Amino acid sequence: MSNLPADLKYTKSHEWVRDEGDGTVTVGITDHAQEMLGDLVFVELPEVGDSVDAGGECGVVESVKAASDIFCPVSGEVVEVNGELADAPETVNQDAFGEGWLFKVKLSDPAEMAGLLDNAGYEAVLAEEEH
Amino acid sequence: MPFIPHTDEDVRAMLEAIGAESIETLFDEVPGALRCGGLEAVPPGMSEMEVGRLMQARAREDGQPLCFIGAGAYDHHIPAAVWQLAARGEFYTAYTPYQAEASQGTLQLLYEYQSMMTALTAMDVSNASLYDGASALAEAVLMAVRANRKSKSRRVLVPRTVHPAYRRAVQAIVGYQGIELLDLPYDPAGGHTDPAALDDHADEDIAALVIPQPNFFGVLEEVDVLTDWAAAHGALSIAVVNPVALALLEPPGEWGANGADICCGEGQPLGAPLTSGGPYFGFLCCRQSFVRQMPGRIVGRTVDLDGKPGFTLTLQAREQHIRRSKATSNICTNQGLMVTAATIHMALLGAEGLARVAAASHANTARLVERLTGIEGVEPSFDRPAFHERVLRLPAPVKDVLRSLAAHNVLGGFDLHDDYPELGDALLVCATEMRTGADIDIYYEKLERIIRMRSESRCPVEPKI
Amino acid sequence: MLIFEHSRPGRRATAQAPLQREETPAIPDAMRRKRPPRLPEVSEMQAVRHYTRLSQQNFSIDTHFYPLGSCTMKYNPRGSNALAMLPGFLARHPLAPESHSQGVMACLYDLQEILKEVTGMQAVSLTPAAGAQGEFAGVAMIRAYHDSRGDTARSEILVPDAAHGTNPASAVMCGYKVREIPTDADGDVDLDALEEALGPQTAGIMLTNPSTLGVFERRIAEIAQRVHAAGGLLYYDGANLNAILGKVRPGDMGFDVIHMNLHKTFSTPHGGGGPGAGPVGVSERLEPFLPVPLVAYDGDEYHWVTEKARPQSIGRLSAFGGNVGVLLRAYVYARMLGREGMSRVADYSTLNANYLLKRLTDAGFEAAYPNRRATHEFIITLRREAKELGVNTMDFAKRLLDYGMHAPTTYFPLLVPECLLIEPTETEDPETLDAFVEAMVRIREEAERTPDKVKTAPHSLPVRRLDDVRAARELDLAWQPSAAEG
Repeated sequence: MSNLPADLKYTKSHEWVRDEGDGTVTVGITDHAQEMLGDLVFVELPEVGDSVDAGGECGVVESVKAASDIFCPVSGEVVEVNGELADAPETVNQDAFGEGWLFKVKLSDPAEMAGLLDNAGYEAVLAEEEH
Repeated sequence: MPFIPHTDEDVRAMLEAIGAESIETLFDEVPGALRCGGLEAVPPGMSEMEVGRLMQARAREDGQPLCFIGAGAYDHHIPAAVWQLAARGEFYTAYTPYQAEASQGTLQLLYEYQSMMTALTAMDVSNASLYDGASALAEAVLMAVRANRKSKSRRVLVPRTVHPAYRRAVQAIVGYQGIELLDLPYDPAGGHTDPAALDDHADEDIAALVIPQPNFFGVLEEVDVLTDWAAAHGALSIAVVNPVALALLEPPGEWGANGADICCGEGQPLGAPLTSGGPYFGFLCCRQSFVRQMPGRIVGRTVDLDGKPGFTLTLQAREQHIRRSKATSNICTNQGLMVTAATIHMALLGAEGLARVAAASHANTARLVERLTGIEGVEPSFDRPAFHERVLRLPAPVKDVLRSLAAHNVLGGFDLHDDYPELGDALLVCATEMRTGADIDIYYEKLERIIRMRSESRCPVEPKI
Repeated sequence: MLIFEHSRPGRRATAQAPLQREETPAIPDAMRRKRPPRLPEVSEMQAVRHYTRLSQQNFSIDTHFYPLGSCTMKYNPRGSNALAMLPGFLARHPLAPESHSQGVMACLYDLQEILKEVTGMQAVSLTPAAGAQGEFAGVAMIRAYHDSRGDTARSEILVPDAAHGTNPASAVMCGYKVREIPTDADGDVDLDALEEALGPQTAGIMLTNPSTLGVFERRIAEIAQRVHAAGGLLYYDGANLNAILGKVRPGDMGFDVIHMNLHKTFSTPHGGGGPGAGPVGVSERLEPFLPVPLVAYDGDEYHWVTEKARPQSIGRLSAFGGNVGVLLRAYVYARMLGREGMSRVADYSTLNANYLLKRLTDAGFEAAYPNRRATHEFIITLRREAKELGVNTMDFAKRLLDYGMHAPTTYFPLLVPECLLIEPTETEDPETLDAFVEAMVRIREEAERTPDKVKTAPHSLPVRRLDDVRAARELDLAWQPSAAEG
């Protein structure tokens, strides 16, 4: 099984969330998600200032043969996006949990964080997908 | 059996291999109650010779009248090589180039086509074609509404000088997606869209402005002013252009301060015969930043395992076979063979050849107008510069005049009455480079006689058919 | 080498255009182009050689076996081409008056009648330019029908998970939401899931029958009954009409609206990706909504039927009447086949598919639906080969090209892993089918002994495997003159 960072939260739709401790979170897609998609060729991100809802579509990651929506794990306002990805979408393939982050959200409802999966919970999701 | 190679022995051996008694057995999963009878309304089969006789008689029946109709389909010379090459089996009977390595011919040709169209329009990128000009405009409108992130509205301004059939098709195609098309009036003296007409919409949230060049009346629009207005008001500009005219006219990529955002149009004048309206092809070009909002196929150049250049379909994640309900369009099959012809056509003509065709068509129409307005009561409706079509006001109902001309095997133009009743007895005429001075003389003589007889007898023209 | 790279300033194919450039003083300078467009400057012979050479880099029906599933790549009769290209047909302007159009209108009217009969529908409009536009027209008519009855709460179109991607995309263009219906283990629509999905929000269902899984939907009558009972309409995607031509008609199965792909079933050429033609047929209750124009016959003359006579029409889908040149080719084909030839299409395409399936399974390949008859096409799955030999469907497909055969459809439908959707069509002889089996067997042997040879195929084509990722990341979509050239 892959080594899932223990400090992150996860969603069933394969996003990860890191609580930055200042009311904002960083969002990305998991290593498993990037592996399923294959070489990414384009990442469409929300714009800074967009308000996003938990569970809503807020971007797209695109490979040659597939495109997958990014669902926002939490509600709030987008405060920063990873502009590097426009020219280097492969960063997500190379370092999904680090340099390949997608965007940061200022939480409007911090309680939503409690509803996300921890690494064990996400691992169970992955195990189920195997079958 | 036409086109089926099987001998009786083949069939016997194949059924034996399958382990089936008869071909009929192979349909045993189709419920018997649903099986159909003998298709009585379909006539019995014919030989190629017999069908040939029938088709030749019907093709002859329609004759080859002297045609002065334009209105969106133009009779240009097509070099002989164009269709001799396009009809080669390797182009004609291939399919969409899904297996790139086995389709380099079509793919390279499409890349060359995209390159020629971006050169002609001065836009950044082109797709590999849509169905026709009208449906291309519909796709351009959908694309603009998707791509315009500044605008929250789904309102699109469409001048009344855009081809009426295009406006109807756009309404039919985009109407279910909550897009609102707003008419822009035209200037009654000039036949162009007066930029002042936009003042009414200055405070509204508009997603896009459509700009035809030349417009349906043949008149040249104030494209720079219109494009700049769109840019200043947060609307995307959609150019609808005649590709032959672009050999002479300012290309959409250079309109106004920053160029048009999207450019589309009818590709027929580039090598497609008139053929009753199709197959033609629609073209669509745009700024680089909108490329992921484009509908349809796009070909890109890349390299193979050895680093050798090659071509492949790219950005397919926009398309229906991957994105399904979230695709930029449902389009799949487009008009590949027509693009093949257009590419060869543009290669043969080059920029100078295309400019000569455009200039000759412009000059011929000017000659036609000069000649016909020599008839008493025949006047140009508009005073602004035009490309290769003009609106003429006649001293008699256009419908009757056209019927009389047709009886003399002259198709005199397109009757504007149904679409623009306010123009009175108005006729849209066109003389491409294919019409000779003698053709124009014939038109003049017939029209002059019809109008003279009519004013002398002061009674409705009796068609002689 | 690109045509642009053959170009030299001042070189021209001078015979092709008017001999002089006429003056155009009436066009104001401000509206003129400042620089001529960078089109190639080549001689006529250079252009002819260049495009002849390009053509030779294509696989096509005329040169190769092309068993692309769901695309019906059958022989395109040259007679259809020659007779559609008669000068009288080519020269007719789309807005020519009816007095000068009776010949072509007679052909179109006859074709409408033939298509009505072979599909069992009440009326046909020929105007959609391709299958996807036919789909749009069909779903738009479903919407117009519900709207006309004030039944505006119907917001959902049902689509089986195996459907062509065009189905959901077309439904969305008509403002509908799409709900997917799963398929059961034998490839039929899951009836329980269908029952659960049906309701007052159901506008209709889009089905292909035979389905994209290459099997006939046996419970179609029951599906029709249930969808109708819920107030929905049934849409037939005609992509696979070749399988049932003259055997069973969509109208008799209970469908309300259908599109046909004449570039498949009626053998008009695919042209490297079109033009096609996607006529629509409807049952009586949808007739008022058909897209215009249509051709009517009063016993003496043919007439156009437009928006004026059909105020409820969904309207016009193109500037003129659709791809008439394609319709003429289909008409010639239909007249050559005649009534007795229609069912032969289904007979022999089905015979060829079942024979090929049997030979492949005898050779050890795995059928995706082993308990079912093949229709005109079938699916094999190479999941075992992928797992055991590490050589996947894409590798087989690319290696087939080296054997001089176009690959079948790969990785569609998405339901079946590592799948090949194979449609041989009725115009192939059994020797060609045998050669295909032999090629597949040999590729599997290669996969066992020299897998790299298969994984890096093709080896004998103008290019080797292309870098799709680079194509999408570093977009190069149009030729640019190099800086040195200015």
